[in-house]
Amino acid sequence: MAYDYAKFIRPGRLPHIWCPGCGYGIIMKSMLRAIDSTGWSKDEIVLASGIGCASRLPGYVDFNTIHTTHGRSLGFATGIKLANPALKVIAMGGDGDMSAIGGNHFIHACRRNIDITVLVFNNYIYGMTGGQYSPTTPMGAKATTAPYGMIEPSFDIARLAVAAGATFVGRTTSYHAVPMEKLILQALNHKGLSVVEIMAGCPTGYGRRNGQKAASDMLIWEKEHAVPYEKAKNMTEAEMAGKFAIGVIYKDESRPEYVESYDRAVGLSKRG
Amino acid sequence: MSKDKRFLQGNDAVALGALYAGCRFFAGYPITPSTEVAEKLAAMLPKAGGRFIQMEDEIAAMAAVIGASLAGRKSLTATSGPGMSLKMENLGFGCMAEVPCVILNVMRGGPSTGTPTGPGQSDIMQAKWGPHGDHPCIALTPSTVAEQFTETVRAFNLSEKYRTPVIILTDEIIGHMREAVEIPAEGELEVIDRVKPDCAPEDYLPYDSSKGDVPPMANFGEGYRYHVTGLNHDASGFPTAKPSIIDSEERRLVRKVEANYDDIVKVEEFMCGDADRIVFAFGSSARSAKDAVLALREKGVKAGLLKALTIWPFPERHIKKYADGGVKGILVPELNLGQAVCETERAAGGKCPVEGLFRVDSEAILPSQISGTLERF
Repeated sequence: MAYDYAKFIRPGRLPHIWCPGCGYGIIMKSMLRAIDSTGWSKDEIVLASGIGCASRLPGYVDFNTIHTTHGRSLGFATGIKLANPALKVIAMGGDGDMSAIGGNHFIHACRRNIDITVLVFNNYIYGMTGGQYSPTTPMGAKATTAPYGMIEPSFDIARLAVAAGATFVGRTTSYHAVPMEKLILQALNHKGLSVVEIMAGCPTGYGRRNGQKAASDMLIWEKEHAVPYEKAKNMTEAEMAGKFAIGVIYKDESRPEYVESYDRAVGLSKRG
Repeated sequence: MSKDKRFLQGNDAVALGALYAGCRFFAGYPITPSTEVAEKLAAMLPKAGGRFIQMEDEIAAMAAVIGASLAGRKSLTATSGPGMSLKMENLGFGCMAEVPCVILNVMRGGPSTGTPTGPGQSDIMQAKWGPHGDHPCIALTPSTVAEQFTETVRAFNLSEKYRTPVIILTDEIIGHMREAVEIPAEGELEVIDRVKPDCAPEDYLPYDSSKGDVPPMANFGEGYRYHVTGLNHDASGFPTAKPSIIDSEERRLVRKVEANYDDIVKVEEFMCGDADRIVFAFGSSARSAKDAVLALREKGVKAGLLKALTIWPFPERHIKKYADGGVKGILVPELNLGQAVCETERAAGGKCPVEGLFRVDSEAILPSQISGTLERF
């Protein structure tokens, strides 16, 4: 029997705003199945987002949801978690939201290792405003603000998260719907700051200007360029050129979580 | 029982006032001349069961404060000039999403970095108009260390009561001066908490104004799952593009504050009864103005002081009363090049002359400057 998403969808909020062929609906479904597997109640779950196509997701689903300002979801999420650590906080946003305007908040949330799961929807473009280049637009790719091709090197969001101190980092794609669900579930169950970068196609803003006119072209591109991390780590840089690793990229369960550290340091918790 | 009397710095009084009001969360970023508030609360909040965080920037601090309030904690941030400019985006979000919180702006001099260690009163218009779009604004202007405490309590009360961010506009002089303060006993000052919904979660509409302009507010995690957004939204909290709802909700947002002038606007009328000339002042300038009025009274000049403890909504009815009453003029001393004076002129409606006395050299306005000008009226 097909999975029933209805229990998580707010009545009357669909259809969503995403374009035909957008990968974000696949992410929403994988995320909901992962959330379902945690056994958490809807009342204890908070979704915080910034601005952009990805950030519209919280409006569709039946949790405590906040659609904040551009790039700032992690600031709001940090306040929510500190105010009530019993809440399960998930922050989400696109590549521009999280790595450009929200880049500072992203690295510092990672550094603190606060118990928040961050989902970065990476479609290599600003979709909602119509296809401007973002920090993850590949070199040479066309965007409305890069009509002669992108000249800036890209951020590798997963590597950025590891470097900044996140204690669980994974990457997946909208092609890998089932592995994505499992990866998000691992991230949700991780104590500390977890990041899942999800590569997803934007046929409207990116694909049609970059040789991937159909949504299926973008899914096939994801399938062909994703390399499981266990395999990727033994490959040379030349072999990995143009490809990216998927799966769990980094995991460290030894580092203390931020709110627990705070409570211990200031005497709010009994331990230590 | 003996009174709890302490020799306090102005900024410390804000921290103590916040705790008294029930503040249990602070997020901030170090900036002169407000930093002492963060330092004090970093030490004191955990003892009261609260939490403190120094965020990566002013923007995130404002965001965290709104987030913490949504999750049920009364929240404060403190900043000055450049930091206040950075907070504007999320301050507007707080107004739009109707999230109570308090923002302390210890005003310093100049645009940009200005004079961090000198006083200023040049953020009056920024407080009102800094965030883009029409929005409500409540801003309080204490002028003594004791008022730093009591007005902080009032700021939290107003923010909870009207479900909106409240700004405390103080300045470097009051923030850093020390005065003896009698700390009110528990229960001596009223402490107001947000009104929560009494309906079943499935019936809850987070922006339902059918019973008044301030909708009851549920905290995240209490079973009332709802959506919060900075987009124009309807009573359900979800985005709307319907012009009639955008219009009615924007008007309600502003009206919930503007229609409650008597409850929000607090002005001390000092020797105004028989006054033939008035000085309208706030913050540190009100201290000099009070001295000036006393000096003039000694000389038989009938001067009076209107001391604004609320600067937004602007105390226009108080000013109008004296302008209509036929005073010879109203003087507005302020540490800027003319902000409150324009509002005062508007409120006076041409019934009496309104003159400004401005200073922007990072020094206080002297009582003699004020009395000298008032004498000529």
